[in-house]
This record gives sequence, structure tokens and C-alpha cells, in this order.
Amino acid sequence: MLPVAVGLAGCAREADKPADSSRALGDYKPAFFTAAEWAFMLAACDRLIPADDIGPSAAQAGVPEFIDRHMQTPYASGEIWYMQGPFIEAAPQFGYQGRLAVRDILRVGIKGIDAHCAMQFNGRRFAELEHPEQEALLKTAEAGKLQLEDISAKEFFTQLLNETRMGYFCDPKHGGNKNMSAWKMIGYPGVRADYSNWVEVRDQPYPLPPVDLAGKRG
Amino acid sequence: MAIVKPKVDAVIVGMGWTGAIMAKELTDAGLRVVALERGPDRDTQPDFAYPRVVDELEGSIHRKFLQSLAKETITARHGIKDTAVPYRQIGSFKPGTGVGGAGTHWSGCHFRALREDFNLRSSMRQRYGAKFIPEDMTIADFPLTYDDLEPHFDHFERVCGTSGKAGVLNGVKVPGGNPFEASRSREFPLPPNRNYLGAELFYKAAREMGYSAYPIPASNASAVYVNPYGCQMGPCNFCGFCSDYGCLNYSKASPNVSILPVLRLRKEFELRAHAQVLKVDLDATRRRATGVTYLDAEGKEIEQPAELVLLCAFSLFNVHLMLLSGIGKPYDPASATGTVGRNYSYQNLNRVTLFFDDTVQANGFIGIGGGGATFDDLNGNQLDNAKAGFVGGGVIWARQPGSGPIRGITTAPGVPNWGSAWKQGVKDAFRHSFYYEVQGACMSYRANYLDLDPTYRDAFGRPLLRMTFDWNDNEIRASQFLVGKALDLCKVLNPKALSGDAKQPGEHYNITRYQSTHTCGGAIMGADPKTSALNRYLQSWDVPNVFVPGANAFPQNNGYNPTGLVGALTYWAAKAIREQYIKSPGALVRT
Repeated sequence: MLPVAVGLAGCAREADKPADSSRALGDYKPAFFTAAEWAFMLAACDRLIPADDIGPSAAQAGVPEFIDRHMQTPYASGEIWYMQGPFIEAAPQFGYQGRLAVRDILRVGIKGIDAHCAMQFNGRRFAELEHPEQEALLKTAEAGKLQLEDISAKEFFTQLLNETRMGYFCDPKHGGNKNMSAWKMIGYPGVRADYSNWVEVRDQPYPLPPVDLAGKRG
Repeated sequence: MAIVKPKVDAVIVGMGWTGAIMAKELTDAGLRVVALERGPDRDTQPDFAYPRVVDELEGSIHRKFLQSLAKETITARHGIKDTAVPYRQIGSFKPGTGVGGAGTHWSGCHFRALREDFNLRSSMRQRYGAKFIPEDMTIADFPLTYDDLEPHFDHFERVCGTSGKAGVLNGVKVPGGNPFEASRSREFPLPPNRNYLGAELFYKAAREMGYSAYPIPASNASAVYVNPYGCQMGPCNFCGFCSDYGCLNYSKASPNVSILPVLRLRKEFELRAHAQVLKVDLDATRRRATGVTYLDAEGKEIEQPAELVLLCAFSLFNVHLMLLSGIGKPYDPASATGTVGRNYSYQNLNRVTLFFDDTVQANGFIGIGGGGATFDDLNGNQLDNAKAGFVGGGVIWARQPGSGPIRGITTAPGVPNWGSAWKQGVKDAFRHSFYYEVQGACMSYRANYLDLDPTYRDAFGRPLLRMTFDWNDNEIRASQFLVGKALDLCKVLNPKALSGDAKQPGEHYNITRYQSTHTCGGAIMGADPKTSALNRYLQSWDVPNVFVPGANAFPQNNGYNPTGLVGALTYWAAKAIREQYIKSPGALVRT
């Protein structure tokens, strides 16, 4: 049984090369991320939401573009967070207590991960690792078992995953969820915001495709 | 030097529910009223207009209707020996800002309190003996009764176009409503809303378990409605954007929809938005307020003299303003003396999620904030507390305020947080799962309280409010008991998978997870000025021309959402001001 399972996993990997997913980004040129950071984002987002036949990958849905644009909003600079010190250690039930805003958490985290990779993988950066190596590293970060310079790997991972999911499921006006493809995957009707005629229907799936803020139909 | 404005009869701090009610009632009585709101002015048009308002990223991530914590927040700690740290990102609770306040982005659950909620301490003592109440549990009776408030509960429901079904009308039980409620003088102004799948199945499961389910009283209009002020509402279209959002449809009651259309036309009423009140000014005796000091939109310091000061901010910030201004004696947990900050309590909220296969069309994106079903068989006098092993009760309900993928998709147990298996998990869950919740009461304790933080300051240089709060064994037992009952209820429905989050022994309060915006107490009403900050008319014992309506006045929290009781208490206090205080200013209760 074992060789078959390994073989299937191998096939899935073949279909999921970084070069494929980055094509979907079209001509978007990052304004916030540097070239090295952008390479990280393209790779990491597609490990979190990979290409498969369930739905689009993060990069296919435009998630890196969303995050690059989102990092330039007041939200990512800490506009609605309390940002004054002193910054002291506290139990996890009190949330992130560091001095970095979201955009800096991502930036410092990417730098930390790439530095860690360079040490551990003979000079290669995260984007240059094999997919299973990238996945293993992200799992270590998620579990809080990775030591990075200047940032908690777990906090970085949490923000990276949050931003990736936001970009996947946001209204297309923000740069992600291209063609409402992630909404179609889960059956979300988008911003229709009127279900008067469907509250008591039980015997059939909701029939209408999504609508976005610009009024486009999916 | 501050700019000094002409004196007015009353100044109101905050334009949410309590501020709008006070402004209406006091201008009715002929007073000249200035309202100061720290946030922007807002109205259905243009602020809640479709489609912009239903942008989940702006509403639920950028949180455009909530206060920015960069300006004002609190610090929190679990115990009196710990160092508090700031509430840096919105999590556990969501104070609003702007005209409408949290009354703009609330869901619409509009309960009255039970008769026995008003005398909880005496009722527990009478039913189970004095020793049943733990020594450090500081629960207290309200200094008024359900009957005192009944006309005000009734009126506030009329103002809100509350949709529901009475269970007890003038002492007679009527079918379809809550058989355990205190008697109502009239039926609800509107009939209940229609049931989405989760609510329909809740009735089925409750029937099988022998519970008496009834429609949650919802201030989400089930039909066209005109309130006693002439303000109009349209029927809710189940858009799915209640909690976190202003209503696009004039369907959810709010200060903006239900009261402000009248106020805005009144000569006696002036609303100043972007007016950040810094403190209440007291005279040399410290027994009389002379007005308030605030920063205007440009940051200029302004003094607004007034005969009467009404603190109508969010409950936590009412307490903050009292502490900053020196109104009343700050509470000290070591000696259990002082009143301001005492008896902070919260809400014991827990969720169970039911997952079905793709033949079950749960459609969680269809949403109505206050609609759904609940029962009181485990609340108030129905619960045998001695047997259950805790003080207080709670409700279990089906609620579906509307879900979207940015607000989060709960996946079945065992689904990872990312990767293809996560994609499959969210696809399976999104249309085919729903949740029920346990909303438990939360008792007050000697060591759960509010004071000023010694270290951290807000954007205006003032000390932050410090919250010392943690779960006690009583609330953990309640959570386990009620979540157990909720899981039993769910099993009737035979879901494919089921998840529940009962609190575990020793579990600490987690401020990062949204639970409830029902922060209560801190400036409580009571019969004794030694143990309460406010008298039965929500008037400060110490500075009698200051009134402080809000959930800050609850000595402990019950199993219901607070807005119905907050509104009723505010109308009650306004009546006392109009009928007693204006004629003879001074303390309305002799000490």
C-alpha cells in the first residue's frame, strides 16, 4: 500500500510548480514588497492555499497582489491598533504585544525566515526550497517551534495566514479573489445582501452566482 | 486657555442608545441639550448605503464602525498581582464609535430581564441558603423591580419595532412565547421573523428534549413599521450584515434610525461630532459638576458648561470618565471599599457548531442579527442551581447574524488551517453548517474590577482604564453544564460532526477571541452608597448632577443581551429627571 500513496502524493506535487501559479498575477508589479519579499510571498501563499481541483490557488486568485496593496493601507500601519509602549511579554491570552504593525510583522518575518533558510539550506532562500521543505518550515512556524530573529515565528505565521485568507475571500476590488473564484469555490453569493425569498427554502441549493461590489456577476 | 461655550441645561457624552434616549426625553421636557460624540456623524445614507457597507474587509477587518484602539483602549490582566498589558487589537469585545455607537453595529437581540434577575442575591439565598453564594462573589440585587421597569421595557420595544411573541400577557400564559418570562402589558409591536434552517431545526430539537423554545425578541423588523416617534422601518431582508455593520435597509433598530431623525429637527438639540470628552469638570466642593472639557475636531480644548451631565458612553468608558474626573471613590479590592470600578462582569458565551453533508442547505450567509430561537428552561428560576452546581443561568439559542468568508469559516474537527484539506474543509462547511450558542450569565467578584492603569496612556495623554478579570470556577462549571446541554440538543439533529468549546477548569480569560460586547458593571446601581456608584435612578451618589446610564449599572450580568435592559433603565432614569430632578435638582435618594 505504501508505494501507491507516495506515488499519488508525488503526482499532486508535479501539478503544482511555482511558475504556474505566478502566471495568474498578470502584470502586477509589487509596490510594497521588494523582489526578494515578493518571491517569498508568491511561494508561501501558494503553500497555504495550493493549486488543486477544489479551487484556485492563492496566487491564481491574486492573493499576493491583495497583500501588496493591503500593506499600503492605514490598517497595515497600525491605524486601529494600540501602538504605544512599553512592550512587555504577556500570556498568549492577551494577544500580540510587540511594537510591529502588520506590514512590519510580514517584512521582519520574511527576512527572518529567509535568513533561517540560508543557514539551514545551504544559502537557499525560502522561495528556492522544494515544496515539501517549504511546507515543513511553515508547519514549524505555525507550531511556534521556529526561532527567528526579531519576531515570533508563530505571530508572523498567523498574520501571513490571515492576510492570505483575506486576499482569497475579499471583494475583487481589493485585488484578490480574481473573478470571484474563491467565492464560487465555497458557494458564497458575494454581496447580494438580499435573501428575502430564500429564507425558508430547504430542498435545493441557493441558485444564484456571486455578485461583487462593482456589480459584476460571477 | 480652553474656549468656553455658552452654558446649556444638559450635556450628553456619547450618542449611542443611551445618549439618544436621554436627548429625546430631555428635549421633550424643554431642556437645551448639547450632545458630544467622539466619532463621526453617521446616518443610513450615506454611511450604511449599499453596496459599500457590505464590504467585509472594511467592516470586519478594518472595523470602520468600531473605535480605533490607537486613540482609546483598556489594559487587561487576570489577577490583582499581575501587570496589565494593553488591549492592542480588537478581540473579545467591540466598542463602537460615531453617532449610533454600538447601537449601530449591534445584532438586534432585544430581551427584557427576568423578574428574578433583579433580586439575584436574595433569590439565591432564599432558594439555596446563604452559603450557596461563594464568599468572594459580590452579586447584588438591583435597587428596583421588574414592575418598576415594565412600562419602559414596553416603550423601548415600541421605539425599536421589536419582533417577537409574548409568552405571558397580563399574567396569562399565551402559546408561542417564553412561558417563563415576566408578564408583559402588551404583545410585541411586530410578529416574529421567519426561520432559517438552523432556527427551524432548533425548535425541532428543543421539542424533543422537552424545552420550551420561543422566538428571540429581535429589533430587526419583520414588517413595515412606524415607531411612536414617527420613525420608519422596513422589513429585514436577511442580508447577512448585522453584527459589525450599520443596517442598509432601515430594518435594524438603532439610534440613527429610531430616534435621531426626530432629534435632528429639534432647535433645543445640538449634536457635535468628533468631540472627544476628556473629563467632567467639578467645582471646588467636588460634589457638583460644572460641565465637561472636550477636544473638538481640530483638537482645540473646549469647555461646555452645563447644569446636568449625562455620561452616555460605552459602559467601560463611562467608568473611565468617572475615574478620570474624580466622581465617586475608586474601588479598592484589597479593602473592598470604594465604589467606582466595582463589580465588573461580562458574559459567558460558548458556541457549538453542527456540520452536515451537502444535502443540508444551512446557508449561513443568510442572516438576521436578532432573529432565531432560544429557551429559558435552564435560566432564572427554572434552573435548579444546587443540582447544576453554579449561581446564575443562561440561554441556549440558534442565531445566524450572517456569515461571510472574511469573517471566518469554522471547519469540522480535524480539518487543518491551510493546504488542500483546508480548502475542502471550508467548501464542505460554508453552506452546510450552522451553530448554536450558550449565553451564560456572569457573576461579579471581589477581584474582578476596573481602575486606572499606572503605566499606559491613551492618545490624549490620559491613563487607560485597567480591567482585572478572569473566569471563576462558578462560570467554568456553568459553561460545562450549559455546553453539555447544548451538545445533547445538537445530537437530536444527527450532524455529521459537532464541535463545542466549553471552558476547561483553570482556563483563563482570552481577550484575543471575540466573545461578546456585553461588558457590564464598574459603576453599578444599588441601594447602598458604600457598595454602589449610582442610586436607583442611575444618579451618582457623590455628584448628583451626573447620571450614568448603561450596562455599567448592572451589579452582575444575566443570561440575556443587555440592550433591552439598558434602554429600559435609561427611560426610567430620564423619567426621574423629568418628573423629579428638574423641579428640585439634587439627590433623588436620601442617604
